[in-house]
Amino acid sequence: MAGEEHIIDLKHVSKSFGGKVVLDDINLYIRKGEFVTLLGPSGCGKTTTLRLIAGFLAPDEGEILLDGRDISGIPPYKRPFNTVFQRYALFPHLDVFENIAFGLKLQKVPADEIEQRVRKVLKMVSMTDYEERDVDSLSGGQQQRVAIARALVNQPKILLLDEPLAALDLKLRKDMQIELKEMHRELGITFIYVTHDQEEALTLSDTIVVMDEGRIQQIGTPAEVYNEPVNAFVADFIGESNILNGTMIRDRRVSFIGHEFDCVDEGFGENKPVDVVVRPEDIYFTQKEEKTQFTATVKSCTFKGVHYEMYVDSDTGYELMIQNYDAYPVDSVVRLYIDPDDIQVMHKERTCNTFEGVMKDETHVEMLGGTFECLPQPDLRAGDKVAVEVDFDKVDLLDHQEEGELAGEVHFLLYKGDHYHLTILTEDGDHLWVDTDDIWDKGDQVGVNFAPQDLKISKRHEA
Amino acid sequence: MKKFFAQCYIWILMILLYAPLIFIAVFSFTESKVLGNWTGFSTRLYENLFTGRMQGSASLISAVENTLLIALVSAAVSMILGTIAAIGIHNMTGRGKRALLFLNNIPMINPDVITGVSLFLLFIFLHFSQGYLSVILSHISFGTPYVVLSVMPKLRQMNPNVYEAALDLGATPSQALRKVLIPQLRPGMVSGFILAFTMSLDDFAVTFFTRGTIGLETLSTYIYADARKGGLTPELRPLMTLIFLIILVLLLVINIRQAKMQKSE
Repeated sequence: MAGEEHIIDLKHVSKSFGGKVVLDDINLYIRKGEFVTLLGPSGCGKTTTLRLIAGFLAPDEGEILLDGRDISGIPPYKRPFNTVFQRYALFPHLDVFENIAFGLKLQKVPADEIEQRVRKVLKMVSMTDYEERDVDSLSGGQQQRVAIARALVNQPKILLLDEPLAALDLKLRKDMQIELKEMHRELGITFIYVTHDQEEALTLSDTIVVMDEGRIQQIGTPAEVYNEPVNAFVADFIGESNILNGTMIRDRRVSFIGHEFDCVDEGFGENKPVDVVVRPEDIYFTQKEEKTQFTATVKSCTFKGVHYEMYVDSDTGYELMIQNYDAYPVDSVVRLYIDPDDIQVMHKERTCNTFEGVMKDETHVEMLGGTFECLPQPDLRAGDKVAVEVDFDKVDLLDHQEEGELAGEVHFLLYKGDHYHLTILTEDGDHLWVDTDDIWDKGDQVGVNFAPQDLKISKRHEA
Repeated sequence: MKKFFAQCYIWILMILLYAPLIFIAVFSFTESKVLGNWTGFSTRLYENLFTGRMQGSASLISAVENTLLIALVSAAVSMILGTIAAIGIHNMTGRGKRALLFLNNIPMINPDVITGVSLFLLFIFLHFSQGYLSVILSHISFGTPYVVLSVMPKLRQMNPNVYEAALDLGATPSQALRKVLIPQLRPGMVSGFILAFTMSLDDFAVTFFTRGTIGLETLSTYIYADARKGGLTPELRPLMTLIFLIILVLLLVINIRQAKMQKSE
């Protein structure tokens, strides 16, 4: 269905609003006829990307190509795309027919042709006989159908959809997903779809573009993104997963949760720290002793409709989530194994925090917008530029912002089987990463401190 | 008992407020030259007013014409300027937006005399000859804020994507403005127009200071001069009654529109 020909190319596209970087060097191509989904949490830049393509925004840097030609200078009303907006954006002073005919009338299409095309598209979205209705009298689902019809009637080269189903209830959303997929197949035009709903993305897309914090994290088919996430963020965002710290012992051999496993990944080096992802449905129960890789105690078991969701504590003390069609009683000891194919090994993005700082005097360093005490640094003088390393588990988080040298907010959290890995966003916009056994929630306000002996300071050499 | 006093209070207030108007309206149906002297029911003053058989009728009629002309032109221009300003302010954010809304409120609160005198001084300073144009410009300056205030809520209610949707469907910015924005802002624009129109009709102080020396009279300045000459021309009584009725109807129209708008939300 999707050809190899690119219809849209984004090259090194960046965009900031009021000094805040929203898109950072986006590179992306979209093939003709493809159903592409931009997926990510709110504020990841997905809607901004769509608005850049639609022409409502201009990139600060980089270029956007349509069929190989730069369209930066072309205003939205001359671009052969049409958009379905999140809140429909129908024209309340026009009825259904006039809303859909709006674009055709502007193009001076003859009246009888308009009539014909509007009727055809209304039939396609199952809204025949609604021509005369006032748009405000329609339900959310019907308004969305009219919005889709209004976009499709102009026969755009690309249909842009900005979270079109977000305002609908679950049942209706599922139905509309199927209809959208159907329309895409019938029309054969390119769909670019923005959503924060990973399930929707997996259902609809030919290609998923996972975004976070203004950057593309991964591009791939739904199966690739699900089965082979490139980092902990993607693994956590798409579907349920067990994300664990591990060590790549050698090619095809990895250790995590205190056990060694065979895997299929190569090329990480020897004894390298890695992140390991195991999907909950990929941990299997067995009765046979020779198959058993480790044992665990079932802590909880919940029926989820199709499967049971169980939390187990491994014999080495790590908590894992398992999904299985069979239920195992709480407190029973079970034998478990994982197929080498189902272990996804990922490079760690970082193994400790690294900050840039400046020495204030022999025992104080200034960094992250605060001043911290450190052990005496006889080799360094005030004003020296330094790099400061702090291990993830050596960051002290405090309940009250004012108690810490730094104030921040819990921005993202991952459970790693026996501890939490938090991303803290400081008030100055810096990130730091923390391993902790304490339970925090996303959005918690925290104070941050470091003990003097935990700051590892080295002189920074100007590049 | 308590309720009785509460009712009385309301009625006394209403009577105090409306007594002068009722007084004028009642005495517009008698022929007496002196206000307050009932000489029997007659519609003579109304007849005189419409047939022009009265003293100084030419200057009264021209004052009415001037008033209407100035009110219509200034309200129309205010409506256009105010709508454009409201769209601009709506698309601003933060401190600038708050500052502009605050500035917009000043001309409405500022006493008319001060507005009048300051405009008078401005025209003198600019060597701008005072007459029709200066009066109309002055009325535009105090009418525009009312339009801004009545268009802003409409903009706030509007789906922010509607304008973009129009562009997306192939409308140029000016087509989007005409075919999508203005139809949705129209109720607010009309309310603003009516407000600016009544403000202009009503104005004395600003007109008085900015009309210059070419002898331009509006209704309010005519009545002022007439009263100083020694007693009001009797035909002013039916005229005022009619104006009051017209304003009453306009106010009812605005209120009914607003009630309808709130209902439709």
